[in-house]
Amino acid sequence: MLYFSKLRIVFITIFSLLFVLIASSNLFKFDDSFFDKKINLGLDLQGGSYLLLEIDNEPVIEQKLQNLTTTIRNFFKDKDIRINNIKIDKQNIFFNVSDENKQQVIEIFEDENSEINPYYPRFKSHQLEIEDTGLNLKINFSRQGLINLKTSSQDQAIEIVRRRVDEVGTNEPNILKRGNSRILVELPGLDDPMRVKSLLGKTANLTFRFVTQNEDDRFGVEKLEFEDGTQEAVVSKRIIISGENLLDAQPKMDTQNNQTIVSFTLDRVGAKRFGKATSTGIGKQLAIVLDGKIISAPVVRDTIASGAGQISGGFTFQSATDLALLLRSGALPAPLEIIEERTVGPDLGQDSINAGMIALSIGFLLVIIFMFVKYRFFGLITNVTLIINLFILLGVLTLFEATLTLPGIAGIILTVGMAVDANVLIFERIKEELKDETNNILAFDGGYTKSRTAIIDANITTLLAAVILFFMGSGPVKGFAVTLGVGIFTTLFSVYFIARLFTSLYVTKNKNSGKLI
Amino acid sequence: MIAFNKYYNHFNVLSGALIIISLLLLIFKGLNFGIDFKGGTLIELRSNDTKINVSSLRDKFSQMNLGDVSVKKFGSDNDFLIKFENKDNKKNIIEEIKVNLDKSFGNSYDFRRVENVGPKVSAELLKSGVIAISLSLAIMLIYIWVRFEWQFSLGAILALFHDVIVTLGVFSLFSLEINLSIIAAVLTIVGYSMNDTVVIFDRVRENLRKYSDIKIFELTNISINETLSRTIITSATTLLALLAIYFFGGEILKGFSLAMILGVVFGTYSSIYIANTVLVRLRVSQKTVLREDDSK
Repeated sequence: MLYFSKLRIVFITIFSLLFVLIASSNLFKFDDSFFDKKINLGLDLQGGSYLLLEIDNEPVIEQKLQNLTTTIRNFFKDKDIRINNIKIDKQNIFFNVSDENKQQVIEIFEDENSEINPYYPRFKSHQLEIEDTGLNLKINFSRQGLINLKTSSQDQAIEIVRRRVDEVGTNEPNILKRGNSRILVELPGLDDPMRVKSLLGKTANLTFRFVTQNEDDRFGVEKLEFEDGTQEAVVSKRIIISGENLLDAQPKMDTQNNQTIVSFTLDRVGAKRFGKATSTGIGKQLAIVLDGKIISAPVVRDTIASGAGQISGGFTFQSATDLALLLRSGALPAPLEIIEERTVGPDLGQDSINAGMIALSIGFLLVIIFMFVKYRFFGLITNVTLIINLFILLGVLTLFEATLTLPGIAGIILTVGMAVDANVLIFERIKEELKDETNNILAFDGGYTKSRTAIIDANITTLLAAVILFFMGSGPVKGFAVTLGVGIFTTLFSVYFIARLFTSLYVTKNKNSGKLI
Repeated sequence: MIAFNKYYNHFNVLSGALIIISLLLLIFKGLNFGIDFKGGTLIELRSNDTKINVSSLRDKFSQMNLGDVSVKKFGSDNDFLIKFENKDNKKNIIEEIKVNLDKSFGNSYDFRRVENVGPKVSAELLKSGVIAISLSLAIMLIYIWVRFEWQFSLGAILALFHDVIVTLGVFSLFSLEINLSIIAAVLTIVGYSMNDTVVIFDRVRENLRKYSDIKIFELTNISINETLSRTIITSATTLLALLAIYFFGGEILKGFSLAMILGVVFGTYSSIYIANTVLVRLRVSQKTVLREDDSK
C-alpha cells in the first residue's frame, strides 16, 4: 500500500494541480476562451425569484369537450345517425342513439383508424373512451388522451411564459417543465417579482365583441363586468376578432387627449373581419374583452379598413405597456396559478455568502488546529490533504457547473469535518499495528490495508443518503446533496492518493526512526 | 480500557425511555411544521426604523385578516420573520401587505425574503420528505444486510431509528421548526449514524473471527475501545464544523445545524449503546460470522 511508481506520482500531482487551477478560475478571471466554466450560485445566494406555476387544465378540457359535441353531431349526421340528448357532465359526454346504430357508433370509436377518435399506437390507446352505460353512451378522455392534452397545453404555455418573461428582460431566466402540468420559472437577480407575477397570472384572452341589447342574439349573449367593476354590459358571444389576429401591440400616447393607449395592428384575416364589422356596425358599441372583463366599449364611428386600431381604457403608462406586452406574447391556453414562490433579495444572498464563508473558514481552522494538536506531523499531512481536497471539490463543482446553494456551503463545511475520518481510521489502525510490529513500513502498510473495508462501508452509507437526498430534494437542499456526495469522492481520492503519497514518502525516509505515529 | 459493557442495561433502559418519550411527544404534541410542509407565507423583513418592532408589526398584520400571524425577531434586532397561513391562498397578498405597510412605515423597511407555498405543494413536499427518510432507512438496512449478517443489520437499523426519533423528539419538545433543510439534516444523520456504527461493527466482526473464546459481551467492549479514539476524533471534528455553521452560518442554517449536532451526538451514543447491545442480546458468536463466510 505504500509503494508509488514515479508515473503515478506525476499523475497525482498533475491531477491535483489541474483541479486547484480549475477551482481558482472562480476567483480570478481567466481568458474566457481558455476556460469559462464557473460554479453557479443558487437563487438563495445570488438573490432572485423561484416561481412554480400550475396550469389549470379544467377549462381546456371543458372547451375540448364542448367542441367535441359539435364534431360528433356533424360527423354522425353525415352517416345518417341521429345523436340525441347530447350533454356534458363532469368531463363526460353523454348521448343517445337508436339501438340499431349503437354497435356501429361504438365500433367507429374503437376502430384503430377512427377518423373521430385518434389512436396512439405507441401507447396502444385511443384519445377517447366510449362506454355503453345502458341508458346512454358515455365518452370521456382516456388516460393517454388526458396526458396528451396536458402535455400540449404545457408546451403552448411554456412558450408563452418564455415570451412574457423575455419581454420583461431579466437576465438568464430559467424556464423548465415540471411533470405535465407545471412550469418552473427561475429569475436570478430579480428581487421584486411583482410585475412578472402579475404578467404570468393573466391568461390574456382578448376578444372584440359587440355590445347588444338583443337578448336573443343568434350566438348567445353574456353579461360581463367592466374592468373597474363599476358597470356591466350585455355582450354577444360572437367574436369579431381575437388576440390571435394581432400582429403587434404597442403602448402609445394619444396626443389629442393626453391619454395612454395601446395601439395594435391586425393580420390580413383580422383586418378584413374588423373592416366588415365596423362598416356594418356603425353606431354600435364594440366591447374589448380581456379575460372575461370589459376594458372599454367604444362606439364605432367609422369603418376601420386599415387593420390598425387602438384600445383606450384609462391606462397608466405601466398598465398600457403590460397590456401591449401580453397581447404581443399571445394568450395562454389555460390559466396559470403560482403554487409556490420563493424570493430572496440580493443583499440577503450576499449576507448568506458571507456567513457561509465565515463559517467555512472557522470550521476549517478548528478542524486543522484539532488535527495538528492530535497528530502533529501526520496531522499536518491530513491538513494539507484537506486543503487540496477542498480545491478538488470546488474544481469538480466548477467542471460540472454545479449550482452552489447555502445548504451546499453547509455540505462543504460538513465534508471538511467528516473528511478527516478516513485518515483518522488509518492512523489509529497504524498505531494499533505498531503495538506488535516494530517495522514501520509493515505497520503502515497493515494500517492502510486493514482499515479499508471500514472506510469504504462508512463512506458508502453517507453516499447513499446523499443520493436519496439528491433525487428527493428540491432547490437548495439538492445543492447540499451535491456537495456532500461529490465531497465523498474527493475525500477518498485525497486520502488514498495524496495523503498516502505524503505518508509513504515520509515513512520510507524515516523507516528506522522508531515509532513514527 | 473503559468498561462500556457494564452499563449496557442501564443505557438500554434510558434509550427505550427516550424513544417512548419522543414518540409520545410526536403523537401528542406533534411537530412544528414550517410553511414548506404546512403551506402559507413567510416574510423576512429588515427595518431601519426603531418604530418597527415585533408588537407594531403584529398590530399591523393582525389588521389585515391573514389568519394566524406569527411575528418573531430573526437574528438581529432589526430583522423580523413573519409567518401566516394565507388560507385562501390570495394571489396578490404580498403586494397588498406592502401597500398596507407603506402607509404606516413608509420606506423604512425592506422585504429580504418572501416564500409562499400553496397547500398542494406543501402536501407533496411532506410526502416526499417522509418517503426520502423511509427510503434511506430501508436502503441502509439492505446495505448492512448485504455487507454483514442480519443481526448487525437489525442493530444498525435500531440505532438509526433511535437517532431519527429522538432528534425529532427534541424538535417537538422545543417546538423547533421542521422545514426542508431539517429533512436534509435527518438524512445526513442517517448517513452519519450508519457510518459510525459500521466502523465499530467492522471491528466486532474482525474480532469475532480472530477470537473464538471471547464472549460477545466482552468482545463488543474490546471493539468499542479499540475504535474509541477514532469515534471521539471524528465526532469532534464533525461537531467543530457543525458548531461553526451554527454560530457563524447565519440564521437560515441554524435549525439545520442544530438538528445535525443533535444527530451526531445521538448517533455516536447509539452506535455504542444500541447497535452493540443488539449483538449481545441476539447472542452473536463466532459461528454467526463463520457461517456467513462459508456461504460466500
